[in-house]
Amino acid sequence: MIGRLVTLGVVVTVLAVAFVMGEQVVRRDEGTQKTTVIYWEKWTGDEAKEMRKVVDAFNRSQNKIFVRYLSISGVDQKTKLATAGGHPPDIAGIWQDQLCQMADEKSLMDLRPMADAAGLNRDYYIPAYYDALTYEKGLWALPSTPASVGLHVRPDLVPAEYASPETFPKTLEGLDELTRKISIRKPDGRIQMAAFLPSNPGWWNWAWPNYFGGKLIDGDKVTINTPEARRALNWYAGYSKQFGSQEVQTFQSGFANFASPQDPFMDGKVAAEMNGVWKANYIRVYKPGLKWFAVPMPYPADRPDLAGHANLSQDVLAIPRGAAHPKEAFEFIKYVQRQDVMEGLCAGHGKNSPLAKVSEKFFTTHPNRFIRLFDKLARSPKAFSPPMVGIYPQISSEMNVAFQQVSTGAKTPEVALADAQTRLEGLWATYRKQILGIQP
Amino acid sequence: MNRHRDARVGILFASPWILGFLIFLAYPLISSLYTSFTSYSVLRQPKWVGIDNYRELYFDEVFRGNLVNTLYYAVGAVPLSTAVAIGLALLLNSKVKGMAVYRTLFFLPSLVPMVALGTLFLWVFNSDYGLLNSALRGMGISPPNWLGDPAWAKGTLILIAMWGCGQAMIIYLAGLQDVPASLLEAAELDGAKPASQMRHVILPMLSPVILFNVIMGIIGSLQVFTVPYVMFPGGAPARSTYFFAMYLYDNAFQYQRMGYASAMGWVMFGITLGLTLLSLKISEKYVHYEGG
Repeated sequence: MIGRLVTLGVVVTVLAVAFVMGEQVVRRDEGTQKTTVIYWEKWTGDEAKEMRKVVDAFNRSQNKIFVRYLSISGVDQKTKLATAGGHPPDIAGIWQDQLCQMADEKSLMDLRPMADAAGLNRDYYIPAYYDALTYEKGLWALPSTPASVGLHVRPDLVPAEYASPETFPKTLEGLDELTRKISIRKPDGRIQMAAFLPSNPGWWNWAWPNYFGGKLIDGDKVTINTPEARRALNWYAGYSKQFGSQEVQTFQSGFANFASPQDPFMDGKVAAEMNGVWKANYIRVYKPGLKWFAVPMPYPADRPDLAGHANLSQDVLAIPRGAAHPKEAFEFIKYVQRQDVMEGLCAGHGKNSPLAKVSEKFFTTHPNRFIRLFDKLARSPKAFSPPMVGIYPQISSEMNVAFQQVSTGAKTPEVALADAQTRLEGLWATYRKQILGIQP
Repeated sequence: MNRHRDARVGILFASPWILGFLIFLAYPLISSLYTSFTSYSVLRQPKWVGIDNYRELYFDEVFRGNLVNTLYYAVGAVPLSTAVAIGLALLLNSKVKGMAVYRTLFFLPSLVPMVALGTLFLWVFNSDYGLLNSALRGMGISPPNWLGDPAWAKGTLILIAMWGCGQAMIIYLAGLQDVPASLLEAAELDGAKPASQMRHVILPMLSPVILFNVIMGIIGSLQVFTVPYVMFPGGAPARSTYFFAMYLYDNAFQYQRMGYASAMGWVMFGITLGLTLLSLKISEKYVHYEGG
């Protein structure tokens, strides 16, 4: 009995030691004296391959730091939990729209001192991208790849007089008219082709009020229920009325994943689709040879001042609080910001560059032949990013619900927005009290 | 002396379970109860807020909507699954050649991982191209929009729940095989028809098994998460498929409101416990125990 207990004790001890040492083994320096920087990133597949090229080039470029790239699913949540546990990665590849929440939680390092010292200031970047990384005087990340969103159009599905970027309708009213004119129904009444549907792909419902001149946060006030937002929802609901709510739902339920040849745009189910600069990459892979062009999202006819507007998004590199090697981590982030490196990465991902200075070669060799348009959209003073507020996830969720309620006919735009406003005001008050420590 | 030594050895051998229970169950339980009275985002220390989270839950319309959705699902899925599982078990209890193969075939679906199940049924119930709607159209029936229409979405999930009733079916099958043949023979001699045998012999003998499965079904359906999470992101359309566990998950991991999510968890624990006790109370009248 004693012998067995001793054996059991030895086994348990060995396992415990292996568990403790395991982390050190994982963090083992690859070279003799190199510091290993752990980099968690969301990307897999081709996007990961492009970033790995950057990582490999960085590792070869010097002999002090070794960056270990790890593709991590649910990278944002895992980063938060690892940070809470006191053992985060040195670099986290997250999304720009999460920065405010994470900054409010003090879970990210302010990169401004290091970035300023390295000359990575506002002048180095396209202002809209840089501004979306700054919050409460801090700079919480630097870009890895950014994006801007435009309207993608299939010239073979629209009448010849609209089949070019120059002649395609510039206003939302023109787009609505085109949709009424050329959409096709099957004999049984189901939709066969819709010129445009604002609910497809449905990733940026929060942005529609901005496309009508509104904004969701004004100072420290939630401003969901505004005339601009009501107008946006009424416009959106107009499409459900035109086609029939049930018909739109049935039609859209047949849309396959965007990363497949059955994507509704590639499959000819929609003639025009609001999508990001990356769309060209998927077209190249899943429907090579498809004819398309891109234009800025149309604006309301009575708001010509909004011409050239676009919503932006960014994949970013941040250093979580408590990272073991923040200086070394920043060295890598700094390397990614180099113009040649950034352009290579962005071209590989099919995206525009976030940098103020872009080489002509980037434009001429980029796989997206409309890259100049997406670059121009990002530089437009009308470009906008997700609202800079810690409750952005809730705002996005409430806006999605409001748009769904309106498109299914469950609520009128006015009621849906009033409900969303009330709910978000409550959530914002709680957030301010509990997270920001601001008493009502 | 020997008894003390035996007790020590017993505890030592039970210690892996005891430690596991204390570390992975008791501690998180107590911790979540404490957390439910705090504002806790995981990334910061918990801050005591008293009953604020519970008060907020009381006024939270989304929470109330989740509860209604979840109870609707439970009320639909539990009786239907029970009926289907008992029906299948009765069929699989008959003496037919190759029964082992049939039993395996009917049990296999319950082994399909939930995420795969969700993805599979996205296509089966697809309004435009789905197998089901294609078949309905073929029969001249105008099919509903199973996934996109709020009126149908929850019903679709209830139907999908039938896919996993293989586990319960196996338990019912074991229960059916435990029904004494002598009782059935006696009933037959007394002139009882199959329906009467079912009502007066088989179901009473099966009642403890039904009680067990119903309680497990209630607990499972109140925690429904994976399939709706895969099939209906965000509880779309318009939160008609937004269930309790999904809202709890979003609060905990999307909105970083771990204290609020913990309060939700304890409310759900209370509801589950209440429904279980109610089931047990009702069972006193209807459940027949052979030895009692």
